[in-house]
Amino acid sequence: MLTQQQLPLSPELGKSYIKQCYNSDKAALAFIAMAVSYLLLGLTFGVLGSLQYLLPKFLNNYLTFQKTRPLHVYLAISWIFTAAQGGLYYYLPRLSNRKLFWLQGAWIHFALQLLTSLAIITAFFMGYFGGREYLEFPPFMGIFIAISWLPFAINFFGTISPQFKTAPVYYFSWTIGIVFFYITLSESYLWVFDHFNNNVTRDITVQWKALGSMVGSWNMLVYGTSLYIMEQLKGDKKISRSPIAFFFFFLGFTNLMFNWGHHTYIVPAAPWVKTVAYVISMTELLIFGQILFQFRKTISNTLKYYYSIPFRLLSFADIWIFLNLGAAIAISIPAINFYTHGTHITVAHAMGTTIGINTMLLFASIFYILQQQKPGALNQKSSWIGKGVLITNISLILFWTSLIGSGLVKISARLENKAFAVMMKNCEPFFKIFAISGIGILIGLAILIVTVLALVFKKEHNLPLHIDSNSLVEMETEL
Amino acid sequence: MTKIIIACFLFISFVVYSGFIYTRGTANNIKLSGSEQKMIAHGKQIYQQYNCQACHQIYGLGGYLGPDLTTAWSDPQRGKYLIKAMLISGGNRMPAFQFNNEQTEAIIAYLKYVDTTATSLKPRIRQELH
Repeated sequence: MLTQQQLPLSPELGKSYIKQCYNSDKAALAFIAMAVSYLLLGLTFGVLGSLQYLLPKFLNNYLTFQKTRPLHVYLAISWIFTAAQGGLYYYLPRLSNRKLFWLQGAWIHFALQLLTSLAIITAFFMGYFGGREYLEFPPFMGIFIAISWLPFAINFFGTISPQFKTAPVYYFSWTIGIVFFYITLSESYLWVFDHFNNNVTRDITVQWKALGSMVGSWNMLVYGTSLYIMEQLKGDKKISRSPIAFFFFFLGFTNLMFNWGHHTYIVPAAPWVKTVAYVISMTELLIFGQILFQFRKTISNTLKYYYSIPFRLLSFADIWIFLNLGAAIAISIPAINFYTHGTHITVAHAMGTTIGINTMLLFASIFYILQQQKPGALNQKSSWIGKGVLITNISLILFWTSLIGSGLVKISARLENKAFAVMMKNCEPFFKIFAISGIGILIGLAILIVTVLALVFKKEHNLPLHIDSNSLVEMETEL
Repeated sequence: MTKIIIACFLFISFVVYSGFIYTRGTANNIKLSGSEQKMIAHGKQIYQQYNCQACHQIYGLGGYLGPDLTTAWSDPQRGKYLIKAMLISGGNRMPAFQFNNEQTEAIIAYLKYVDTTATSLKPRIRQELH
């Protein structure tokens, strides 16, 4: 039903005909183009990797799984933070009502990130690895990433002069996202010191700690963005300043710092590490309860804002938050975690979060921006966008289910003491669904990616222009 | 102001907790000689250099295409000789890396060390199996 109707302009879209322009908008759009390019490449390597599960010799002479996995992981992660950064370059001037603090910095950031990505991808193709989860590139390249983020951090803190008494919750989310990215990136390289490297218990525990919190830092950037869009769509500024919003922000912040521990139940660290991990994990029940409480409201809002593309994407993300948080709480219980840890059930949780939640939220942000920048062109593509979103979500349900299925097969094989090869053979039906639905996700998201790229590079000439008193307008290029 | 105080309190808790994790929370009693330590470190270096974690896990960290290696050394179905054979010749899914003898021994020493630390895992596995 979603795709059978031509989607008319939403009320929000109507408003966006009054168009604000800042000199940093081009940089924001450039980041968006780079982000969706990361996603397209990341999905391609993901599909190749999934085929290697089914056909072990597939591309084995040129591109082994040893290379496809890091390429997929690095590009998928880059998609998340680059799309969030692009969004921030767009939102910051509007939020603070003044131009970006350091425009050249945004372009330096763009160039540094592009060069870093090229260096990392080349290293992977040539077989140079650092061999650490998520950060599989040679260790010195971590410094390039840290440097490339500097202009972004300077722009963020330079553009928004905080008024903490009245600052909305998303400002805090973004701040924590940036600060903790640096903290966790540094922490993830502690292994270069013997104190950490020579003790596997310490090394693995600190690695889980750093990576768990690093994921939390991206999530803070993404969730801050979604809160901002939600506020703009609803036109209610009280939501993001309410005590309940801050309560859940601090709960999320606590989880970012301490909720990595359920990954380490099997690591022989001190017992209190596990106790703290379990207690913190269970605080997520409060978030879960709040989502249940809000669910009816979400449904009624979905109907109300049905024709808004960003709102529809936010609603899909809500469903995935519900499913993944339920799964996260279940696998945080030690008795369940013992069986599920190290199986594809953990991957299901990671993929549900990355695609179902983060990707939906980030596309909501991207289409919100394009709705303001290229409303006419976006309206022409809205039917395609609807199809892409639907294909992605249907494929993701199959993908998610197949991962849980293969996780259950692995648990069963482990209990029956079956050999790894037998377990892999038993998983084959699920791997087939996994590979086919992976192609479905690629097709669905490729529709969105191609649409975004077409819109980013399309010039729109026939729109009235609202000039904000504090904004810089590039009239020559836009009109 | 309350928000700042809460944020500072949480951050200080994080710093203190991290300090405990880096020291007492992850201390172990395994005593190794200098040469053993050197061999293990070399094995770990090769493990990372060849990105073994793309396919294998140690304590649940890594990929899923190959088996978890945390207790591979003491596993009756695998053990030292199967690990050695796989390292030299590869398998259906694993590329033949053709490690030399010194590299092979270093990786085995590393996996043996990891296995020795897996005290929290082995009793549960045995309990589940019997």
